[in-house]
Amino acid sequence: MRYLPLTPNDRRAMLARIGAPDIDALFRDVPREAVVPLSVFDLSDTKGEMEVERILAKLASRNMAAGAGPFFCGAGAYKHHVPSAVDHLIQRSEFLTSYTPYQPEISQGTLQVLFEFQTQVALLTGMEVANASLYDGSTGTAEAVLMAQRLTRRSKAILSGGLHPHYAETVETVAGLSGQVHRSPVTPGKAEDIAALIDADTACVVVQSPDVFGLIRDLKPIAEAAHAKGALLIAVVTEVVSLGLLESPGAQGADIVACEGQSIGNGLNFGGPYVGLFAAREKFLRQMPGRLCGETVDAAGKRGFVLTLSTREQHIRREKATSNICTNSGLCALAFSIHLSLLGEEGLTRLARINHAKAAALADRLSKLKGVELVTPSFFNEFTLKLSKPAAGVVDALAAKHVLGGVPASRLMPHEASARDLLIVAATETSTDEDFVAFELALKEVLA
Amino acid sequence: MSETRFTDQHEWVRLDGDEATIGITRHAAEQLGDVVFVELPQAGRKVGAGAEAAVVESVKAASEVYAPVGGEVTEANAALEAEPAKVNEDPEGAGWFFKLKVGDRGEFAKLMDEAAYREFVKGL
Amino acid sequence: MSMNNQGRPSQATVTQDNELPTISGDRGLDLEARLIFELGRDGVTGVDFPDVSVDDNRLHGLRRKAAIGLPGLSEPEVIRHYVRLSRQNYAIDAGLYPLGSCTMKHNPRLNEKMARLPGFGDLHPLAPLVAAQGALALIQELMRWLTTLTGMPAVAMSPKAGAHGELCGLLAIRAAVQARGEHRNRILVPESAHGTNPATAAFAGFVVDEVPAKPDGRVDAAALKAKLGPDVAAIMLTNPNTCGLFEGEIISIAKAVHEAGAYFYCDGANFNAIAGRVRPGDLGIDAMHINLHKTFSTPHGGGGPGAGPVVLSERLKAYAPLPLLVADGEGFKLIEDRAELPAGAKPFGRMCAFHGQMGMFVRALSYMLSHGRDGVRQASEDAVLSANYILASLKDIMSAPFGDGPCMHEALFDDTFLEGTEVTTLDFAKAMIDEGYHPMTMYFPLVVHGAMLIEPTESESKESLDRFVAVLRGLAEDAKAGRKERFEGAPHYAPRRRLDETAAARKPVLRWKPPALPEAAE
Repeated sequence: MRYLPLTPNDRRAMLARIGAPDIDALFRDVPREAVVPLSVFDLSDTKGEMEVERILAKLASRNMAAGAGPFFCGAGAYKHHVPSAVDHLIQRSEFLTSYTPYQPEISQGTLQVLFEFQTQVALLTGMEVANASLYDGSTGTAEAVLMAQRLTRRSKAILSGGLHPHYAETVETVAGLSGQVHRSPVTPGKAEDIAALIDADTACVVVQSPDVFGLIRDLKPIAEAAHAKGALLIAVVTEVVSLGLLESPGAQGADIVACEGQSIGNGLNFGGPYVGLFAAREKFLRQMPGRLCGETVDAAGKRGFVLTLSTREQHIRREKATSNICTNSGLCALAFSIHLSLLGEEGLTRLARINHAKAAALADRLSKLKGVELVTPSFFNEFTLKLSKPAAGVVDALAAKHVLGGVPASRLMPHEASARDLLIVAATETSTDEDFVAFELALKEVLA
Repeated sequence: MSETRFTDQHEWVRLDGDEATIGITRHAAEQLGDVVFVELPQAGRKVGAGAEAAVVESVKAASEVYAPVGGEVTEANAALEAEPAKVNEDPEGAGWFFKLKVGDRGEFAKLMDEAAYREFVKGL
Repeated sequence: MSMNNQGRPSQATVTQDNELPTISGDRGLDLEARLIFELGRDGVTGVDFPDVSVDDNRLHGLRRKAAIGLPGLSEPEVIRHYVRLSRQNYAIDAGLYPLGSCTMKHNPRLNEKMARLPGFGDLHPLAPLVAAQGALALIQELMRWLTTLTGMPAVAMSPKAGAHGELCGLLAIRAAVQARGEHRNRILVPESAHGTNPATAAFAGFVVDEVPAKPDGRVDAAALKAKLGPDVAAIMLTNPNTCGLFEGEIISIAKAVHEAGAYFYCDGANFNAIAGRVRPGDLGIDAMHINLHKTFSTPHGGGGPGAGPVVLSERLKAYAPLPLLVADGEGFKLIEDRAELPAGAKPFGRMCAFHGQMGMFVRALSYMLSHGRDGVRQASEDAVLSANYILASLKDIMSAPFGDGPCMHEALFDDTFLEGTEVTTLDFAKAMIDEGYHPMTMYFPLVVHGAMLIEPTESESKESLDRFVAVLRGLAEDAKAGRKERFEGAPHYAPRRRLDETAAARKPVLRWKPPALPEAAE
């Protein structure tokens, strides 16, 4: 077996040093009846690289990759061009095969990356502090709600109807244990009057912008309404490239921001691994979940970085920790950080403008078709169309024409009657004019 | 005339009339290492004897500080928030945590005196 | 006050540095990296895009007004920055990484290549299911491997890491208890447990009740059984445990737990010691997460991403979270909606958006197919053999609190052998850095004093193990001989000396800020 360096001779010599007659003697604490022969496992035996590659490539070929044709899916995961340098750098052994940086003297590479990542996230979200990442946007949103419950000592969370339904379900699953989670009705293409729902028990209001339909939400009045009642505003961003063009949540008064960072540096990966960006006001620091990296000096006086404020975390605080989270999303955070470094201010703002321009052009083009109506008056790179037919069937028919034409809203909210004919469509810098033409033609045929 | 007593959880409590001042012992401060953060109770909070009243953190550890006697918190040592190092420098003086208006003085009487606490620490 | 500390120094001690400082601050191949924010300039970018202007009419009046503040760098500058940073990290690819409980085994590069196949890496999570059948088939095949190796009937794939898997398991238990109309709010956790266990139990709304360990490093089964009662929802046990020992009474513990109406959660962090040899399902376990980054070689990546699928027993499988993957004629479909649930399914909720860590699934399956069942078993045996080899080669000179019998995949030492030397566990571990090794896990588990937990994994050759043993023996001899200079203020040869963690925590600086503008002249 190519990954196992020990030879039969080595094994014999090692057993002799140990003083054990055979390997079974080392497993003597395992109850006899619990040891099974290899034959009980109905699984294949060792295979060489070529054979494994053949099997997996065959499975991969049965999927329609985003880059294989006209592609317009979004709804929480976005196709962007990731510069070649990103994947090259994250595959360097020293990043890929190192552990969590608990030994700072020999982990400054990862630690400085995290410090720079925290700074980038804070700048992008307009917040004072950010952590070293969480699993993804959805679990980050749930952590934000729990954090707000701890900070306010109140139990109720109000979720906007424009929050991605998977996120809302994730929040309900964990925050529903100790508090109440209230989901505001879905209002495609419109902002609900969420301020009216805030009361004295409300810990937080959770608002996504752009929302799951692509609509841009004005957070400022919601922040004011929340603060007036002693509640916090949690802003959620699933398309983080939008922050290159739109006002940051921090500038609009958000108290905690949870973002999905996949769009920058990370591939679609059928849903994971992604990277949760998590930022907050500095006064809430002690209630933040997840790892934090801080600047300090070493014994020789040189600047260096360490994981800090660890007493909030599970390995020290155990049952009193702010969260049970242990791992972060280190390598995905690294990819995010490298991509954002490559973009810089100018690259990100240009990228964001291109995304919006592409989406606007596509929305104009498609909404001229018969049986198609644009539902979202404002949007960044994603908008929602109301079709003359149920969108799920349209998407399947488009796929048969090799066009991945967006996400039917009914896939995310099957019980929402108003969502049945809604199609959520995203365009990014990767969409070409040819893709637009192919999409328009295919949609026209399917709706005819 | 004040009197100081100790708990087996390494808190000290100095009773002055019905006012008790509470902190952690020198032994505890040494064991914890450099204190980096303290979380103190708010004035007005009522705590029972043995209840969690404060938290003290070093880099690698967080420990709860229990109220050795019950009562109502009258004051917390706000100076510790800016300068947690005071806990290491002068744990049984300027590094005090909070003050209580004591309810039942009988609780105080049950605690160890200094000699008994020294013996107790020696046995650890 | 309660104390959870072993008196570790956390301030950087000032040392005399006799080295001649260089003019650049770099030292040969030891290259420094400034912060990226100190490098960039306005108007430079590493990605070429045309400058497109957009109008405001669809931006709801929320166009960004202020600059973000990101630095601008060209591609070569960015690459140099991250290459310099990378060289300040230790890595498995560079040397033995004996972190107990963390399983730093070899990460095959085939796995990386497979995860990047466009059909997996460039597949959208909400692509129509007709366009994702290969991905669903891959998940199904990985599920088959996981359930077969564990002897469990079902597995929930969506948890994103080990701790997330623990949460998933406990939420399933919570749902099962509620479905029986019972109120059980207590969870028994041994004191040797990973910190995530009590943290997860509390997170899931349970009260944590600690169970003591016996002098032989195993959980006190009698004490555990005595604590069982009508309010106990579950026990959480790691097996092999965090002392690297197999809990031999596990079957009788499971029986007692079930008789008391409770569930048995196993922390599967150490499954890599027994995979291919013992099936957790045969031990009476109801739920166990599997850290794909430990047992199945997905890379640790400097702290994630992980993946923590949870295998579930017959008693719990109905409560697995959404989405559910089910066979549908020739292919597969994902059940994402409660209205379409198969008979008997009562999912407790949803762990996260989409379907879990697909990128990690591909890597893990690539590893499993490469190893095969025979290789998986051999890997477990080699891991256990190598740990015992370390134990046998060091227990005469270091102190092994449970060294009378064999260990499993990791060897535990305490600091008894350092008594009177004025060298602490921390000093000893930091001296290893100067010898070119990553330190072992220190001060964990909490049940022994000054713990040093060594997990060599199956990825080391005998020559590599022998060299490691020789170095540790040399360090132990030096410590005992009073050669303190090797330990005081170590490491001496790393990119940084010991760092001042106290200062970092007292006045946290968690981000770069632009230097303050010079005060206007008065």
